[in-house]
Amino acid sequence: MQFKGKAWKFGDDVDTDAIIPARYLNTSDPKVLAQHCMEDADPQFASKVAAGDVIVAGKNFGCGSSREHAPIAIKAAGLSCVIAHSFARIFYRNAFNMGLPILECPEAIESMATGDEIEVDLDQGVIINHTRNERYQAQAVPPFMQRLLQAGGLMAYVQEQMRDELTKS
Amino acid sequence: MAMTMSEKILARHAGRSELHPDELIEVNVDFALGNDITAPLAIEAFRSAGAKKVFDTERIALIPDHFTPNKDIASAMQAKILREFSREHQLTHYYEVGRMGVEHALLPELGLVLPGDVVIGADSHTCTYGALGAFATGVGSTDLAAVMMRGKIWFKVPPTMKFVYRGKRRKWVGGKDLILYTIGQIGVDGARYRAMEFTGEVIESLPMSHRFAMSNMAIEAGAKVGLIAPDDITEAYVKERARRPYEFVHSDADAQYESVHEWDVSGFEPMVALPHLPENVRPVTELDEIPIHQAVIGSCTNGRLDDLREAAEVLKGNKVHPGVRCLIIPATQHIYREAMREGLFEIFLDAEAAVSTPTCGPCLGGHMGILAAGERAVATTNRNFVGRMGHPESEVYLSNAAVAAASAVAGVIVHPDRV
Repeated sequence: MQFKGKAWKFGDDVDTDAIIPARYLNTSDPKVLAQHCMEDADPQFASKVAAGDVIVAGKNFGCGSSREHAPIAIKAAGLSCVIAHSFARIFYRNAFNMGLPILECPEAIESMATGDEIEVDLDQGVIINHTRNERYQAQAVPPFMQRLLQAGGLMAYVQEQMRDELTKS
Repeated sequence: MAMTMSEKILARHAGRSELHPDELIEVNVDFALGNDITAPLAIEAFRSAGAKKVFDTERIALIPDHFTPNKDIASAMQAKILREFSREHQLTHYYEVGRMGVEHALLPELGLVLPGDVVIGADSHTCTYGALGAFATGVGSTDLAAVMMRGKIWFKVPPTMKFVYRGKRRKWVGGKDLILYTIGQIGVDGARYRAMEFTGEVIESLPMSHRFAMSNMAIEAGAKVGLIAPDDITEAYVKERARRPYEFVHSDADAQYESVHEWDVSGFEPMVALPHLPENVRPVTELDEIPIHQAVIGSCTNGRLDDLREAAEVLKGNKVHPGVRCLIIPATQHIYREAMREGLFEIFLDAEAAVSTPTCGPCLGGHMGILAAGERAVATTNRNFVGRMGHPESEVYLSNAAVAAASAVAGVIVHPDRV
């Protein structure tokens, strides 16, 4: 999987209330959630983002709540992936489960600024910043996660397993 | 091999005699839960996967507590999804308004989550049950759906960080203050992906309500779980409530910890976390007089009977400041009834505080006490992110119940001795 888009840079500890405020959680409609993505950090964010764009952030991205609405909002807003220094635990799981690609790469984000043209090759774990002519190698996705992603996320993975169990019994 | 209690509980649920941090394992789940925000997505995933029945109708709780009593039509539609799914699958543990409570206060109270369990909840504060000696952690809705189907989940075994609290705590210093101090020291990602284990003489004498408050906020340091070794206090709490067998699991004396943090709490004052992160912690005595517009006493962190008693002790004979709304939200119907029986409501009403039916409500900026732009609240809740209790230009200060009550009276954030 490859993506190309503009970087949108945020700081450390971007919490789930910043990604999608709880006041909008009386729905799980991706289209509605997308309209309010990152709203409290940047009220115009959802209207400025173009398909393929990338969120770039510091440490502990997605800290706070377990709401799956956070990766749903990011994905539905058209963002292709999130690159951060590190991710909060529950968000990390939720992102994979929802099929939102995420990469940890502290080196890449240091020099990156909002507006930089970014290319991401998930298969290779490579991040290219075309604006600054820089190339970075991100930490590879662990093999277990790769199987989960190959299945198309957690639900597809579980369905596969249940089919296997049925075949065996 | 020597193991921490976190590793032991996981090993037993994975059918293993030993395991190491960072291993990926699949474990059996004893209990799973979801609420009116997270369960609708889980139910959607459950259905889309073609699942026909849940793994165990006795081991799943669905609790509409966040936007209930239904805030608006959209919330009512979400709550309805839980109600209908619970009926369709004949779930024993669906708790309707009038019988419910804030999930992390309710489930321990009902004896549904127990020492030695692995508990999975589609809510980040599921880690609360670590106070019982259970490996309990929050996950997203899809993970919950998978557990509802198979009763299993995969984990990476977390390394354990040990926290030792020594000395003697002063009056008005409790579990909330200890955990706020801890988060202040290690930061909001200080225990990211880690198991926290709270130990030491201070913890050993801490009542269950305070232990729940500590484990509840382990997630605010990024932790997967916040465990406390079960003891006589745990036994006294659990034995009358448990609906199935349970097991006390303790860390081996020579277990490997990734790090050990030790503090003497004797000189501690009540702690306050300033906006907009739970790590911005200061002793209340070091704060300038910060005016507040609202005080909230409740939530899965501090909505238990002991918290209400503390608040009542401070509010008795006092009036809430004219510029402040004081909201008191008992976390469960049982706590509500007990507080009423003890005469606490009389004290609250005399003080001109509002008492609400159980709900998560204002904690997440849902309803029942939303802040306007420029307003400031002191709250016994667990998060003070931007916009957490309402308008993005409002502020939340986190404290224990006594500080919140005292601040409601003073109109500024103060030490309980000041009123």
